[in-house]
Amino acid sequence: MESVNALLDGFATALHPTYLLYAMIGVLLGTVVGVLPGIGPAMAVALLLPLTFSLEPTAALIMFAGIYYGGMYGGSTTSILLNTPGESSTVMTAIEGNKMARRGRGAQALATAAIGSFVAGTIATALLVVAAPFVVGIAINLGANDYFAIMVFAFLCVTSVLGRSAVRGFVALALGLTIGLIGIDPVTGQQRLTFGVPELADGIDIVLVAVGLFAMGEALWIAAHLRRSPAEVIPVGRPWMNREDWSRSWRPWLRGAAIGFPFGAMPAGGAEIPTFLSYVTERRLARNRDEFGQGAIEGVAGPEAANNASAAGTLVPLLALGLPTSAIAAVILAAFQTYGMEPGPQLFESEPALVWGLIASLFIGNTMLLLLNLPLAPVWAKLLCIPRPYLYAGILFFSVLGAYSVNATVVDLLVLLAVGLLGYLMRRFGLPVVPAILGVILGPMAERQLRTALQITNGDPVGLVNSPVAVVIYLLITLLLAWNLVRRRVLARVGDRVRV
Amino acid sequence: MATTTTTGPSGQPAPSGRSVDHAELGLSGLLVVVGVLVLYDASQLSTTAAQNGPVGPKAVPYAVGGLLLLTAVLLAVDVLRGGHGESESGEDVDLEHGVDWRGLVLLVLVFLGASLAIPYAGFPIAGAALFWGTTLVLGSRRWLWDAVIAVAVGFGGYLVFTSSLGISLPAGVLQGVL
Repeated sequence: MESVNALLDGFATALHPTYLLYAMIGVLLGTVVGVLPGIGPAMAVALLLPLTFSLEPTAALIMFAGIYYGGMYGGSTTSILLNTPGESSTVMTAIEGNKMARRGRGAQALATAAIGSFVAGTIATALLVVAAPFVVGIAINLGANDYFAIMVFAFLCVTSVLGRSAVRGFVALALGLTIGLIGIDPVTGQQRLTFGVPELADGIDIVLVAVGLFAMGEALWIAAHLRRSPAEVIPVGRPWMNREDWSRSWRPWLRGAAIGFPFGAMPAGGAEIPTFLSYVTERRLARNRDEFGQGAIEGVAGPEAANNASAAGTLVPLLALGLPTSAIAAVILAAFQTYGMEPGPQLFESEPALVWGLIASLFIGNTMLLLLNLPLAPVWAKLLCIPRPYLYAGILFFSVLGAYSVNATVVDLLVLLAVGLLGYLMRRFGLPVVPAILGVILGPMAERQLRTALQITNGDPVGLVNSPVAVVIYLLITLLLAWNLVRRRVLARVGDRVRV
Repeated sequence: MATTTTTGPSGQPAPSGRSVDHAELGLSGLLVVVGVLVLYDASQLSTTAAQNGPVGPKAVPYAVGGLLLLTAVLLAVDVLRGGHGESESGEDVDLEHGVDWRGLVLLVLVFLGASLAIPYAGFPIAGAALFWGTTLVLGSRRWLWDAVIAVAVGFGGYLVFTSSLGISLPAGVLQGVL
């Protein structure tokens, strides 16, 4: 019951008018960026990272978490009303959701997405309250070798599980690790990969990496491939559902929450897998399976619920272990780092007001999203019509603003352009962004843990495996690699059928 | 090119086609260059410095350099066996037509110009120029209206970030006016 008391204290923090305001700004901003094409929550938080220089931590993190949840809501609007989802997590929603909208049931699709997100988000956040202290209890006894094993596990998961090509995942990871190496080695003070450029001695600021890969890379990619004919937006009224829609939706919501949360908590890179599994499950369980592919409401309700539940699941390893498992979690971890904080068991001890205030704000933000999004859906739909030149000019403007405000030097803008060109190449060659950003952020942390672990045993490699937790994780890694070979074949087959 | 597959006019071989994308082999070559660079840089580090433990500053760079070379080889093998990286799609992305090199190069130039102008012209003006230039490159043809919006964004963004968020940005030639 300790965590219930802590959560109540958290509500006392989060209900403070200032924090309510930041939560409100966060969910509104998140919904807007989720709806806007070409810009997602990870990019939005990356662009806002410079705010950490002036905002206090609790306010900034509550806002960022609001953007995360809001972005999940907003993304569903785009995929239902426009048939070309930009984020992998909403691909599954688009399949049935867009068909529903074309059949004049867009309002019902939006409603089941919004209410399902609320239900699943609330359940999953409650699970977070239970799970986080449990994981903290385990994490408190972990040594450097255990953390190193967990990070290796995370690297392998995001590279081999996500995306269609494991090779390209590893290419992205290697490039990210390389960027993470740049700067002064913290132990010996020697410069690595700086080539004598003094501005690189402190390493490449994470703001530049995140904004470069997400925002700059996207703007350059768009400049090369802008769709000249405007996309067709399906007009929609206020979301509502009738009795039949409710009775067909509530089970998929609950199943989606049950699928989404654990997958979000595992280092498998966010919502891509759980939304896929939820869709497949709903199609299998549906009474009228023929309707799937024509706009079945279950196919929207399930994946949208799984999507939001996985967002809460992602926060378990992030807060309790300091381990990001998706792009946005990595950027939020970067925000913690700019405050000199390291999420993990110690943070629950040293900053309980922040951690529990943040968790409580998720419940509040989720409720705000439901109350806002049902009446405002037609307004959000209008955002889809924004002229693209303004949208991407705005993204570039805020990229420069964010990058320049880090150190007030033009060199940083040149670095930003370089990272942006890398982001362009990654989009061109189908290299996933998540392994790269994890490599940049987790790489230096993993190196530190590796060196600490081997220091303890004076260089004997046994120091990496002389703990039961580490052994279990290396066993898991072996299983994962073996299972992955099998799964890749199965998924390719199912994927071909879904794509009809 | 295979006739049964949809193939873009340039640089976009069909996903299932057997044609080898030479640009992807170029990426493999780039990885080799970066890998060699990382390994060379690591070899220049000294291990005699107080490294406070058996694992020095070289170990991880060597591992990362090795990983780069390994992925370069694996990627090349994958490409030669018909593997293909799917270019990222999206709401506003049109992969049917080839790369708009003119737009890409112009956007980079606009970005560079605006960036280098920040210390002299100040952030509001440089930012407005960046916004305006980008709208033109991306095909907007309402120059005057775009300029009005660009000035509003440039000055508005500057004022919001400097006054209410306390982030310092150079005013440049407008020093004293703003």
